[in-house]
Parts: sequence; C-alpha cells; structure tokens
Amino acid sequence: MNPFKDFFIDFQRCIGCKACMAACAECDTHRGTPMIQVEQVDPARSPQTVPMVCMHCKNPTCANSCPADAIKKDENGIVHSSLKPRCIACRNCELSCPFGVPIVKDDIQLMQKCDMCFDRTSVGKKPMCATVCPTGALFYGTHEEIQQLRPNSKPVNRWRFGKQKVETRVYVMVPHDVDEMVVDSPEFGQTGAGSILDSERDSGREFL
Amino acid sequence: MLANFWLRALHWGAVRNGAIGTALLALLIVVGSRNLQDFDWALAGYAFASLFAVFGIIYRYSVWLTKPPTRKYWRRGWELLWQGKSTALVLLSRAIVSRLVLQNFILRRGTVRYIAHMLILSGCALAAAVTFPLVFGWLHFEQGALGPDPTYEVVFFGMKVQEIPLQGVFSWAIFHALIISSFLVIPGVAIALFRRMTDHGEIAIQRFTQDLMPLILLFAIAFSGLLLWVSYEFLDGYFYSVLAQFHAITVIGTLLYMPFGKLFHIFQRPASIGVALYKALNAAKEQAVCPVTHQPFAPKMQTEDLKGVLSELRFDYSPDQPGRCHWNEISPKGRRLLIGAAHSRVRKGAFD
Repeated sequence: MNPFKDFFIDFQRCIGCKACMAACAECDTHRGTPMIQVEQVDPARSPQTVPMVCMHCKNPTCANSCPADAIKKDENGIVHSSLKPRCIACRNCELSCPFGVPIVKDDIQLMQKCDMCFDRTSVGKKPMCATVCPTGALFYGTHEEIQQLRPNSKPVNRWRFGKQKVETRVYVMVPHDVDEMVVDSPEFGQTGAGSILDSERDSGREFL
Repeated sequence: MLANFWLRALHWGAVRNGAIGTALLALLIVVGSRNLQDFDWALAGYAFASLFAVFGIIYRYSVWLTKPPTRKYWRRGWELLWQGKSTALVLLSRAIVSRLVLQNFILRRGTVRYIAHMLILSGCALAAAVTFPLVFGWLHFEQGALGPDPTYEVVFFGMKVQEIPLQGVFSWAIFHALIISSFLVIPGVAIALFRRMTDHGEIAIQRFTQDLMPLILLFAIAFSGLLLWVSYEFLDGYFYSVLAQFHAITVIGTLLYMPFGKLFHIFQRPASIGVALYKALNAAKEQAVCPVTHQPFAPKMQTEDLKGVLSELRFDYSPDQPGRCHWNEISPKGRRLLIGAAHSRVRKGAFD
C-alpha cells in the first residue's frame, strides 16, 4: 500500500510562528537545516507570512535545469535533494525554481530542499512541519479530510508564472471560484512586494 | 519493433564518440604492448571489459553534454578559461586542488564520510594506476642484473624506464600495490556501509542499485584480490584458480557497471571545475538585482544563460503582459514574497 498522502498549504493561515522551521530541522534527511522557508511579505504594512515548502512539480524545472543530472523525482512524485556525488552547486536549480525553494550550499557543494520529510512520509508518517503547524496552514492528509475541514475552500495544484503553467503534487487552498494560482511578476520600476500590495489596494481590492 | 525502438533511442553522435574512443584505446593497446607481444592474454577479459567501459562512459558523457544546461556550462567554462587567461588559470588550479584532489567539500559534509570516501578513492586510484597499464600490456617487468643484487627492469610502452632492486621497499611497494589498495578500500567500504546501515537519513533515501551495489562490488574486488594474495603467499596457492576467476568476474562486472551507475560520477565530477570557474569569474562582474528585494542575487550572466537554457527545455517564464519582469529576473526570496502576495490576493486578505 502506498504510504503517501497529499500535502495542502494555505499561506493565509500562517501566523509566522516558525514552529515548522524548528520541526523541519529535526527531520533525518535534513540534517539540522530547516528546508521550509517562512517569509514576511511586507512587515511594515501587513502581518502576512508565507511558509514555502517544495511544491514537488510534476515536471520540475529544477531537475530539468540541473547540468549534473543530480535532481531526481521518484515514483511517488517526490522531488529529492540533489544526489551527493553529482551536485556541483551551480545554483541553476535555485535560480530556476518558480517557487524559490532549493537551498544551495556552496561550502558542501550540495543543494538541499524540502523532500516532504521522506524518511517519515515513506513509512506513513506526516511531515514534521504539518505535524506541528498550529493553524493548519500546512496540512498533510487526504482530499476527503481537507474537504471536511475546509468546506469553503478547495485545493488547487495548477499555477501560472508569466506564460509558464506549472502543475504540482502539493496543493494550495483557494476559494471555490479559483481554478489556477496566477502569480504576476512586478512591473519594471515597481519597488518591492509592498508596492505590489499597494497596487492591489489601489485597484479597489480588499487587502489585509 | 523493439530493435527499431532502440535504434531510434540511440544517440548516434555519442555512438560515434564512443566508437572513436574505444578504437583509440584498442590502438594504444596494440602500440603500447608492441603489437601485443607484451600483452598478457590471461588478462584479456579485463582488457575487453575495459574497452566496453570506455565505450559506455564516452557514450554517456557525450549524451550528458548534449543536455542544454550541461552544454551551456561546458561551453562557458572553456570560453571563460580562454578569456580569463592568467586569473582563470589560478582559479582553475585552486579548484582542481580543492575540488578534485583534496575534495574538502566532502570533509565539510562530514568527517566520517570524508574518511570513507578518501580511503575508497585513494585505494581505487592506486589500483587503477597499476592494473590498467598491466592489463593493456603497457607495463611489464623484465629480468635485469643478476648476482648478489638482482634487479628488475620496468618496461613501459616498450621502453625500459627504470631498473629497480628486486629486494627493497620500493619494489615491495610496486609488487604489493594492489594489496595496499585492498587495505585502503576495505576499511573505506566498511565505514561507508556502516554509515548506510545506521544513518536514518541515508537509510530513507538510499537505493540498492545506486548506493549499495557499488560498495558491494568494490568490496568484492578488494576482498577477493586480498584472498588471492593470501592464497599464493601463505597457502601455497590453495583455491587460487577459483579465486582468480571470481576476482575477474567482480572486476569485469564493475567495469561493465561503471557507465550506468553511481561510479559514473568519477568522470562527471571533474566537469565541476568549469562551474567553479564560471562562478568565481562572474562574482566580480555585473549582478542581477531583484526587483522585489532590491538585492543582487546572482551573476547577470547566469540569469541570462538560464533563460536561454529554460527556453531550450521548453519552459517559458517570460511575462504574459508587456512591461513586466521575466520570472527568472526575480530572486528566490522575491518569488516567495510574490507567491504570498498572489495568494493573499485570491483570498482577498482573509482566510477560511
């Protein structure tokens, strides 16, 4: 029986406690380094934080752009950290990942990233981050479970960055009227994520 | 049907390169062994396995170099070496010492891992340096001076290069080089296997064919080689012929496995010095500045090269509206921030 379930992320539920980061570092395959990254989007204007795990793309840009064939996706759809004998720390993966996930460590010539706590999920346990998240921003389970928990949201795994469409193994929770997460890049001359929030506010949309 | 599939799947440029490499080695074997006069036919199996390994390694290497990201770094590496001249040569020398000779990045990954790796590496390098010239008939020993201080003559490529005393530390080391290499490889493999049996992180992700098989093969070669020595040195050749055949099978099996498995990194890894050069020379050049964080995050050359590579790979992260940035011009942190902003937008700033 396949021990893997699905991962659901709801950025808006994150309160920035960083318990996920502390727990992530405990994972055996992460060796003391948190692979989840929690960002404050615009601390001067909003308390919003973003916990970013690997979305485990179905056609991973990181693996395709790796010159050393060091990044592999397994039969369960998990995209792993780079293979130790092959990784040359060129940073192609870091710079090509649309989600900004891989962490390249030049001193050890290695790319490390969220592997959905493979040592745990491969034996039917939850990833560390989902185990400790107090708000359910990071949830690991079945579609039935998440639908029961969040009846007003639905999971989506289709993204668009500019012209590029990306399908992921990890789902993001969105309102029912959204079928695809569209992430716009900033206009030339626009300054910082804060100004993007401003432009949304100016356009009349409600914003936290 | 199946034959047609294989014919279509073959990379004919790589087949050509592999064939040229194999033919060159075959020619060198003939020339180096003086028209096979010095070729030891008892070692023919090893020689044929080596020829196959050379074909496989060159084939895979050639296919690997056709991948757009690999090809880009390969070409850039040579370009930068040519343009950088003396600075590039200094950087290249440093990279060779740190990445290929000392491999100190593995030490930083872990001391035990480093000890295991260096024991295996030095043992295999020593064994290869002795075995291949012997197998190819390039190296053999002839009787030198007789008398109270007898000598051996070392013949390499048909030329006498040195005369060594039959008794002495030097000749002992040469004639026992493979024994020494066994004593390096076996503890190295033992440490590596111990790590793989006790480290929970390794246990979770390791694969038998990728991670354990190479260690088992190296152990089989080193241990059977050591038993051969024990047999002829201490047991009057007891069980020698069976052991010799088993040893040959392990070596030939490893040579055949080499192009396909983990051991291929031996040939891939040296290419990393081109990337070291790329990064070092670009550090002082123009950097790409993220429009979200306003911080420089990568050499401009790399972000531009990556755009081209991704385009070749049929990824298109260019903006779908005029006046907006290409996704590759945004730093990883900036991307995470924009994703957060985008999600906030669809959620209208609330959560449910």
